Amino acid sequence: MTPGLNHYLVVSALLFCLGLFGVLARRNLLVIYMSLELMLNAANLALVAFSRFNANLNGQVMVFFIITVAAAEVAVGLALIVALYRKRRTAHVEDLTSLRF
Amino acid sequence: MFQDLLFYAFAGMTLLFGFLCVANPLSRSPVTSAMFLVLTIVSLAGLFILLHAFFLAAIQILVYAGAVMVLFLFVIMLLDLKEEERRKMRTFTIGTGALAVAAIAGILIRAVVAAKPLATGPLVTGDTKPLGKLLFTQYLLPFEVMSLLLLVGMIGVILLSKKEVK
Repeated sequence: MTPGLNHYLVVSALLFCLGLFGVLARRNLLVIYMSLELMLNAANLALVAFSRFNANLNGQVMVFFIITVAAAEVAVGLALIVALYRKRRTAHVEDLTSLRF
Repeated sequence: MFQDLLFYAFAGMTLLFGFLCVANPLSRSPVTSAMFLVLTIVSLAGLFILLHAFFLAAIQILVYAGAVMVLFLFVIMLLDLKEEERRKMRTFTIGTGALAVAAIAGILIRAVVAAKPLATGPLVTGDTKPLGKLLFTQYLLPFEVMSLLLLVGMIGVILLSKKEVK
């Protein structure tokens, strides 16, 4: 069967769910961050597929912006993690519960 | 026909490597996860090429597999997370997480399947030229704002990672 829009969307949905599972199940801050990247990439795939099959380039411009924002976000987030590690000597979410009610 | 096979190959690789990145049964080291994330991103770039988004495929590999992952690996090496690997994943967490994710996956895939197929019009090609034209005419303001965002991010990172002077 020739892959159409639906095929790409299913791949994107599954990839998004993998990322979500990583955020929920993993306990290492860095791996949680990587799972977030996975979710962003899934959204990118959906946007590119929509853009291709709707004959509209705006979706690809959106993906371009998302990639840029993701790069900035990773830089700031990793700097935060390093700062946190310097203070608390851990990158494990179960040790970082001082804000928990 | 060959392109269909390529789609299934790249889609399978994306999902397999994504799974190994998130829930690798053999190794829980963040370095392994990062390496599988690189493979996921490269397979995604393959899917982008199949969607004729050539510019984005190049950007994906340059920015994600290049810059972002190097940053990740750098921080992983810096933090030296050896002792984190030994902790067990709790089955309760995994169970509830898997349940919630399965529910969301069900909703998403049902929505995709139930949607009416799109009338196939002309397909678009994401070459550099039309994309650049769009970026520098219609999206000029967001483009400039984005450069400002990168500058702000850079300053923020420098501020955050500077040693505190007392």
